[in-house]
Amino acid sequence: MLELLKNLASWLTSPAQWSGPEGIATRILEHLEYSVLATLAAAVIALPIGLLIGHTGRGAFLAVNLSSFGRALPTVGLVTLVFLAGGLSVWPVYVSLVALAVPVIITNTYAGMAAVDPEVKDAAKGVGLRGRQILWQVELPLALPLIMTGVRLATVQVVATATIAAYVSFGGLGRYVFDGLAQRDLVQVLGGAALVAVLAVVADLALGGLTRLLFRGRPAAAR
Amino acid sequence: MTIEWGWFPDHADEMTRLTADHLATAVPAVLLGLLIALPLAVLAHRVRPLRAFVLGASNILYTIPSLAFFVLLLPVTGLTRTTAIVGLTAYTLVVLVRNTVEGLDAVPVKAREASKAMGTKPLRTLLTVELPLALPVIMAGVRVATVMSISLVSVASYIGYGGLGQLFTDGFQRNFPTPVVAGVVLTLLLALVADALLVTVQWLCTPWRRGAARPRAATSPFAKLPAALKLWKRA
Repeated sequence: MLELLKNLASWLTSPAQWSGPEGIATRILEHLEYSVLATLAAAVIALPIGLLIGHTGRGAFLAVNLSSFGRALPTVGLVTLVFLAGGLSVWPVYVSLVALAVPVIITNTYAGMAAVDPEVKDAAKGVGLRGRQILWQVELPLALPLIMTGVRLATVQVVATATIAAYVSFGGLGRYVFDGLAQRDLVQVLGGAALVAVLAVVADLALGGLTRLLFRGRPAAAR
Repeated sequence: MTIEWGWFPDHADEMTRLTADHLATAVPAVLLGLLIALPLAVLAHRVRPLRAFVLGASNILYTIPSLAFFVLLLPVTGLTRTTAIVGLTAYTLVVLVRNTVEGLDAVPVKAREASKAMGTKPLRTLLTVELPLALPVIMAGVRVATVMSISLVSVASYIGYGGLGQLFTDGFQRNFPTPVVAGVVLTLLLALVADALLVTVQWLCTPWRRGAARPRAATSPFAKLPAALKLWKRA
């Protein structure tokens, strides 16, 4: 066990391992590319839907069920299926990662919108704000902390799951995990896994910091 | 992509076996998770300083990718079902601990104090007053954890204990989509059935909530029907 940790440490710290087109630095960038693009695409799809459901109050049933459906959908199965259907391209990776992130963002956006105090909305209506103004100036700012929680959760899941890119022959940190498994090289597998975990935690902390920055002026309870 | 329908009846036995295998990994994981999460959550609820630590630790477990988790466990537990179960258990903790703490937080102070005033010991109060009142929130966590576990078992197919996930590897290696479709559909069905079962269990365990009007009912157009009928009769 100690021997393994020592090997792992030397694997992670060797300069040769970090450089080159198959080095750790490149793999991290690839991993980030999949994760960031997938999360952004998911946010572009999910945020308007979540806001619409929350604002109109219609389709809440859909939002709740979509989220449990999304949780039940096995990502490995999805990526394999899209891969077999569409052939060798990076699309299966993005399709499965987006499918993973969309339900999380929709449910949290909806939950944030639903948690806005109806009296506040009434007051906004009372001072003459129109529907769209209420959405942008009242509901959205109040719901933002929960929406950001959803984006954070989705990001962590996407970063953690982007290892599947390597499963369908692409890059990213999953490369080390799958190659290591194929070569029975435990050090490489563990190194890849540890890097993914660190990347997920860093992404979570970064978004947490961003959230705090966004809500600097707010009382603690609203965060 | 074409699906060969003839594959399904030919492989009914295999699908049954893999479904059983799937459950043999997912169910112990949730039960074990519950066994660990309940005491941890009670502790986090009672001892304030521990709260942030326990919730933070379970959050960090969640950020470790599921595949990485299984792999990290390999040197400790080897290529066994235990690895798959322990990995999934760690995953369920974040939901179970958070929901149990939230459920206990939401127990009305008056109920707790009434129990105390009647001379009930703290442990008995916990078991007979607090946990039953927190049950709906805890069960919501159990439902999420169960569905999540059932979906994640397939990741363990890399270490040979993927249950229905074995069908994904099989289809992928042979470039044959039919088993993959079967695996995805069966996983979804299993999650759906498990969720429905848990809803039933919750309904059976919380008889005091059955009569309660749901908030949805109040906004339904039929909620006002009796009053409307009364007005109509009077007129």
